[in-house]
Amino acid sequence: MQGSIRIRMMMLMAAFVVVCGWSAISNAAPPAPPSGITVKDAPNDAGTGLIVEWQLSPDDRKDADPRVVVRYEIDRLARPLKPENETPIKESKFAKVGEVNFQLAKYLDQNANRQHEYLYRVRAVSVDGESSTAVESTVAVQPELQYFDMRRAWYLVLLVVVGGAVVYFIQVVKSGKDLKIRKIAGLEAVEEAVGRATEMGRSCLFIPGILDINDIQTVAGITVMSRVAGLVAEYNASLEIPTCRSLVMTTSRETVAAAYLSAGRPDAYREDDIYYLTDEQFGYVAAVTGNMVRKKPAACFYMGAFFAESLLLAETGNAIGAIQVAGTAMPSQLPFFVAACDYTLIGEEFFAASAYLSHEPHQLGSLKGQDIGKFIGGILIIAGCLLATVVAVMTDPPSGLESLVTFIRENILGEKGFMP
Amino acid sequence: MKRTIPLIIASVTGFVLVGTFFIPYTRDWGDEVLEWFNILAAIAFILGGGNLMKLSLQKISYKRPGWGYAAVTIIAFIATLVIGLGKFGVAPVKEYPTYSLAGPYDEQGSGFWWIFEYVYYPLAATMFSLLAFFIASAAFRAFRAKNVEATILLSTAFIVLLGRTYAGVFLTSWLPDDNVLRLDNMTEWIMNNMNTAGMRAITIGIALGIMSTSLKVLLGVDRSYIGTDDG
Repeated sequence: MQGSIRIRMMMLMAAFVVVCGWSAISNAAPPAPPSGITVKDAPNDAGTGLIVEWQLSPDDRKDADPRVVVRYEIDRLARPLKPENETPIKESKFAKVGEVNFQLAKYLDQNANRQHEYLYRVRAVSVDGESSTAVESTVAVQPELQYFDMRRAWYLVLLVVVGGAVVYFIQVVKSGKDLKIRKIAGLEAVEEAVGRATEMGRSCLFIPGILDINDIQTVAGITVMSRVAGLVAEYNASLEIPTCRSLVMTTSRETVAAAYLSAGRPDAYREDDIYYLTDEQFGYVAAVTGNMVRKKPAACFYMGAFFAESLLLAETGNAIGAIQVAGTAMPSQLPFFVAACDYTLIGEEFFAASAYLSHEPHQLGSLKGQDIGKFIGGILIIAGCLLATVVAVMTDPPSGLESLVTFIRENILGEKGFMP
Repeated sequence: MKRTIPLIIASVTGFVLVGTFFIPYTRDWGDEVLEWFNILAAIAFILGGGNLMKLSLQKISYKRPGWGYAAVTIIAFIATLVIGLGKFGVAPVKEYPTYSLAGPYDEQGSGFWWIFEYVYYPLAATMFSLLAFFIASAAFRAFRAKNVEATILLSTAFIVLLGRTYAGVFLTSWLPDDNVLRLDNMTEWIMNNMNTAGMRAITIGIALGIMSTSLKVLLGVDRSYIGTDDG
């Protein structure tokens, strides 16, 4: 009898605990709502973005433990803009478009449409999933199309200045003025390398990188190829060009054929010496290095974009005793070429190669334009370093100076400048 | 004319795409053009594959040096093409259980997947692993202390190499954590200051070079990539 009472008591207590727990869950109070919602157009876009901002819920405290608010949910109501003389617009319902974590009071809606205007509402959501009442925007906002991305204004400034300098110097040289261009050892060596291959009765090998023709380095490589092919035709040597892309093969054939024609030796041009191997990086390397070991070209040119295969190619060339000239704009591959090749064109030298080898005055003018770009870059670097140092060292720097450094950091270099 | 029309196409396309970088409304045009390019490249691939076959067959036919490799190339090319296009070993998908060819050609367990996994990958990995030996031989030549510059290079490389290994860190671990003479701290300083400064200088030069080359190509000043007007 006593046992039965004990069991009943325990069941009652268990029921009491369950009921209390349930009521605690169901009675969890919703958090306080956020306030002060504002909606504005997102700048520098094609009329697809709106920025929603609000003030955090009073329950969303930075140091709250346990946390009451865990996220904010954003709902949107889209209203098609009423065209003139048409029946009243149909209103859609509020639908959830996104959410952000606690302590965040901003949401960027990137799926807006210029043909609609939008209302937003924001709710704070507690850890139990309880939503606060929503704070709703009162004015419908329409996204606006911006015709120019102001964040990229500094790019445009630099582009116009340097591009203008390039065009200006091309025109200056065209008008008959002489320019002094320093000697680039790697490019002086191109003729020497082709001459050596001719003397030895062996071929020249040209690798235009492993990227496709839409890469500027491949284009630069092919312009150098044109000059090398001209020299090869002049010296009556032979040139082999294995390519990693079909389009590079067809472009190279056109370029080399034109170079042979310009050199007055179209009969010496052999289409089959320019051939496609494979798109696969290491398959290409295996085929090229195998050919190098078997045919032992006397001169190897590597001009274009290279990755891990750079050293495999250059070391094989070194092992067979070829004179090697490389040029690339891949900074990570430059040390490998420097270690394994006789001459390396570093970055801008590679891009200058075509103009340098052409000896055409108007092309050399473009190099002078590049120098103006370097000069401006140098001045900006020195001025920026000096200003930043002065502001850092001075205990109470003039506010104008401080603003200037902030402007450079945030507008020229920062999110609104070169690093958007 | 043969050169002028491509030049006009390249020039107009290039300048329009430069403009799209600054105009938000046209920002996606570059991606669209890239898709066109991919279609073009895919069609050109047939040209490349055809050329590879032609030259390999010629090599075998005339028994030129290395014709055996050409034979291996042709066998591998045809076998992969047939197995891939024929979807050998491909299981039917749930939606179409009666169509044995409905599954993707490269799904796990298919013939094409097998070739890729057990033939191509090991071969590519073998080529890649050769890099370790080539780095050693190139480093041996580059780091010979022939003159002052080479000696500085050797010393710097020695510090950075040691600073990036456990043994190197262990050697100077008795020094305080923030001591500049610790090998790991010296390595970090060299990489963050000297190396970064050098790389940035090269990068600025590259950026200017790209700008100048692009302008030359777009303005038609340098036409060597499409030959000359003689043609």
